[in-house]
Amino acid sequence: MFDVLFSSLGQLFTVPHMLYMVVGVLIGLIVGIIPGLGGIAGMSLLLPFLYGMEPSVALGMLMGLVAVIPTGDTFASVLLGIPGSSASQATVVDGFALAKKGQAARALSSAFLSSMIGGLLGAVVLTAFILIARPVVLSFSSSELFMLTLLGLSMVAVLSGKDVFKGIAACGVGLLVGTIGMAPATGEFRLPFEIDYLYDGLPLVVVGLGIFALPEIIDLLVKRGAIAEQPCQLGKGWKEGVRDVAKRPGLVARCAGIGSLMGTIPGLAGSVVDWLTYGHAVQSAKDKTQFGKGDIRGVIAPESANNACACGAMVPTLLFGIPGSGTAAVFLGGLLLLGLQPGVSMLETNLDLTYTIIWSLALANILGAALCLGLARPVASLTRVPFVILAPLITILILFAAYQATRSLGDLFALGVIGAFGVLFKQANWSRPAFLIGFVLAPGAEAYFYQAAQFQGADAFMRPGVLIIGALIAASLVIPPLRSYLHAQHQRKATTPHTPLESAEPLSLGAIDVVLLASLLAGAAYMWSTFADLSMLGGIMPRLAIAIIVAACVLEIVRTVIKPMKWQTQTLSQQLLWVAGFFALIGGVMVLGFLFAAAIFCLGFLLVVARMKPVAAVGLAAGVTLFLMGMAHMLTLNYPTGMLAGL
Amino acid sequence: MTTLKNTPLKTFKKALLVVACSTLGAISVSAQADNVNVPDTIHWTIPFGVGGGTDVWARFFTTWMSDHIQGNPTLVIDNVPGGGSINGSNLFAMRADSDGSQWIGTSASTQYPAMLQDRRVRYDYDDWTPILATPTGGVVYAQPNLGDTAEDVLQAVTEQRVKFAVQSHTGLELPVLIALDLLGVDVQAVSGMRSRGEGRLAFERGEADIDFQTTSAYFSSVAPLVESGRAVPLFSLGVLDDSGQVVRDPAFPDLPTFNEVYENLHGEAPNGPAAEAYRKFFASGFTLQKLILLPKDAPEALIQEYRDAARRFVDTETFKEAAMAQLGPYTPVVGEVVEQHLQDAMSLDDDTRQWLVEWLLEQHGARI
Repeated sequence: MFDVLFSSLGQLFTVPHMLYMVVGVLIGLIVGIIPGLGGIAGMSLLLPFLYGMEPSVALGMLMGLVAVIPTGDTFASVLLGIPGSSASQATVVDGFALAKKGQAARALSSAFLSSMIGGLLGAVVLTAFILIARPVVLSFSSSELFMLTLLGLSMVAVLSGKDVFKGIAACGVGLLVGTIGMAPATGEFRLPFEIDYLYDGLPLVVVGLGIFALPEIIDLLVKRGAIAEQPCQLGKGWKEGVRDVAKRPGLVARCAGIGSLMGTIPGLAGSVVDWLTYGHAVQSAKDKTQFGKGDIRGVIAPESANNACACGAMVPTLLFGIPGSGTAAVFLGGLLLLGLQPGVSMLETNLDLTYTIIWSLALANILGAALCLGLARPVASLTRVPFVILAPLITILILFAAYQATRSLGDLFALGVIGAFGVLFKQANWSRPAFLIGFVLAPGAEAYFYQAAQFQGADAFMRPGVLIIGALIAASLVIPPLRSYLHAQHQRKATTPHTPLESAEPLSLGAIDVVLLASLLAGAAYMWSTFADLSMLGGIMPRLAIAIIVAACVLEIVRTVIKPMKWQTQTLSQQLLWVAGFFALIGGVMVLGFLFAAAIFCLGFLLVVARMKPVAAVGLAAGVTLFLMGMAHMLTLNYPTGMLAGL
Repeated sequence: MTTLKNTPLKTFKKALLVVACSTLGAISVSAQADNVNVPDTIHWTIPFGVGGGTDVWARFFTTWMSDHIQGNPTLVIDNVPGGGSINGSNLFAMRADSDGSQWIGTSASTQYPAMLQDRRVRYDYDDWTPILATPTGGVVYAQPNLGDTAEDVLQAVTEQRVKFAVQSHTGLELPVLIALDLLGVDVQAVSGMRSRGEGRLAFERGEADIDFQTTSAYFSSVAPLVESGRAVPLFSLGVLDDSGQVVRDPAFPDLPTFNEVYENLHGEAPNGPAAEAYRKFFASGFTLQKLILLPKDAPEALIQEYRDAARRFVDTETFKEAAMAQLGPYTPVVGEVVEQHLQDAMSLDDDTRQWLVEWLLEQHGARI
């Protein structure tokens, strides 16, 4: 084994290999930085060139692409609050918060360094693991996979902090939204309002952008100023980020380990891994108060995990021909075009190519991270630009990114609707990560539960894997409150009787909370009646989600009645204005066509709201339009042409 | 003495006539040859994602077609995924030009919903005409704990309920479900697999008792299992020969076909609405598994040229070698033959559809 390992490394250091790998890395970075594109777009750019290429060279190029996408998408997550791809959502929470505190460079450099280390560790794990992987992967049946999705869902409790019922309600809403589409058990369609667009369910890109990016944009527009509210110290921040990672090797290593092992299990991969490790970082931290407000550990954990996961996802792809992620699915197509068959042959006759893949992953991670580290400081200065200038550009960018989902107008509308929800959640402090976790895990939870029940029946509970993961879930739910209770007991014994005890912070309630509770209950009732004629198997998941929503809302109401409450003013009027403006923009796209509407919107916004000089405004608007046209050409896109064009 | 009639003027006139005639002739000949105005670029819509099975199939064909069509047009693939290929097909039906520069590549996932009258379908195969079709075969195999030989297993599976992991009840596995039902096997179809590969994984984990794979997947992933004794192949679906009879699959010459197994069991060929449904879905999903089509009202000359281009390479040794890995040992079927088979295969009569609706609901709890 070792001779093949080193001979393939030697092969990698030849000029054509390195050249093509650098090409793959560059395309991967660009594709990762532009939100909404992701691995699938990158692969589709490279695929036409693959046919007839020499396999080891082509694989180096493809791996260059795959390895650096989770690195590059950090730019958008940290600087703009836009999750660049599904692997980068957890990074947004603390990364963007750090950017707002003026510490963007610190967040970026720590993210890239942990990405690099995570990717390298992932490649190491992959090397060792791939030889023994087959029986391990096969031992994860549908019941173990179901328990893993439950583990992911249990992170909701961890992430909701003291507003546990609101978090569960948000998760319930996410679960319900995640069930929209086709029921895996019976093929029935669950479509509220009978909208055709919803046949395939809501796309993850649209939901991620809507729930995170749009509310942040609106919030920044309302506040005025730049993304960085506090003065930036880019140079010091950069070095500090590097030191942050160096101080926490254990966290990086643990998350990379979790990430690469999760990636090897087909059917879970990127959708859960970043939240699992984020939740792990929260749980294992002694001081949890800064999470969500800019704790660097909230950036390090998911970033090292998602690069390791991209490596791990190669295991099921190469060994079983089952892609561990969307990018891996396209990579599989690339393998087939090169004449390679996934399966046992990758370990026997083509072991050298398998190792080429692993080495390329490692090298590409180093290259990509190094490039990004170099770019981190200059690009971080974007956060000092007044937001009113960036806002129209970012808005068009997220419209473009959302449009990539299914390339129809429905994407833009869905973005607006989810964005409106996101604004409500944000203003009332309901946990948006909880919503997203519910949404992402709902299809998996339903499918795996149904399959486990059909394949194994009650025997599922006897399986050792199920019991182990169940114990993990119980531990993660029980131990933290137990610990804090014991800690409080200890404190009480240690303090003298005259010292007043710390009083618990009173819980707060605001107008939007009331609105949300009421509308969730009403919405739940409506959905219940819509799904009334579904069969038992087809309707069980949405009904369960509705039950969770109702139970959590009721418990929250009960709690507000029982415990002392502080009334919190929650403003909404200005935000609503911007939401209305967003829908007006979508209307403009429908009438004038995407390119024209984008150009006019940018121009108008920059001139009127940002009060830019006309020359600069025209220049920026022209730049945006050129970018959109260039993308359309490269990706063979057809933007909506608007109703006027049809006249 | 006869006066010479061939004055210079007359010679000149004759020469002019000859020139005129030959020019006319040359023009008409070249006009006929230039009748085929092949576009410079052909846009090929693939209603599937990049890297998927149909996408890889299409990319394989782009070089061959481009090299053999007169004028060597560039073939550009346009992926339009969504709805299991329904979205892209709907968009093509709505938008595609009929000038011969727009093609579509479909597979069983596109044919079946049309046959089952899925309410999302807004395309009609009657509006399209085929250039070529590539068939595929498939094998049903089972866990070795059910029996050592195919006969033992076939006996065992009629006596107990067997689990089969499928993508959906109306996907590529549909004819296999019908075939197993005809053989008297009690199948518990567990749906929700996201690919046939996942179904195979369920088999390898021991969760599923029987499984089905198409030829290329069988060779790469199941053959090693069979060799190491972890799977027992039961029967193949076979292929249709030129006269429309089911014969043994050239990729699996040692495996009996479903029809042979049925006849051994029941003494006669399969008949009745179930057999009719099986025949139709087998034809449209396996014999014509993937199709290259274009709008029917494209210029007839172009359609002929595309078909002729295909004929130029499908029987060559180089193509067969290159195609073995991608398509298996099956020769693509070209032109009018495909058209005939397609029309026959995709027309489900009301009785058969009624039987199908009831059977799917009763046997598998699936509604269509």
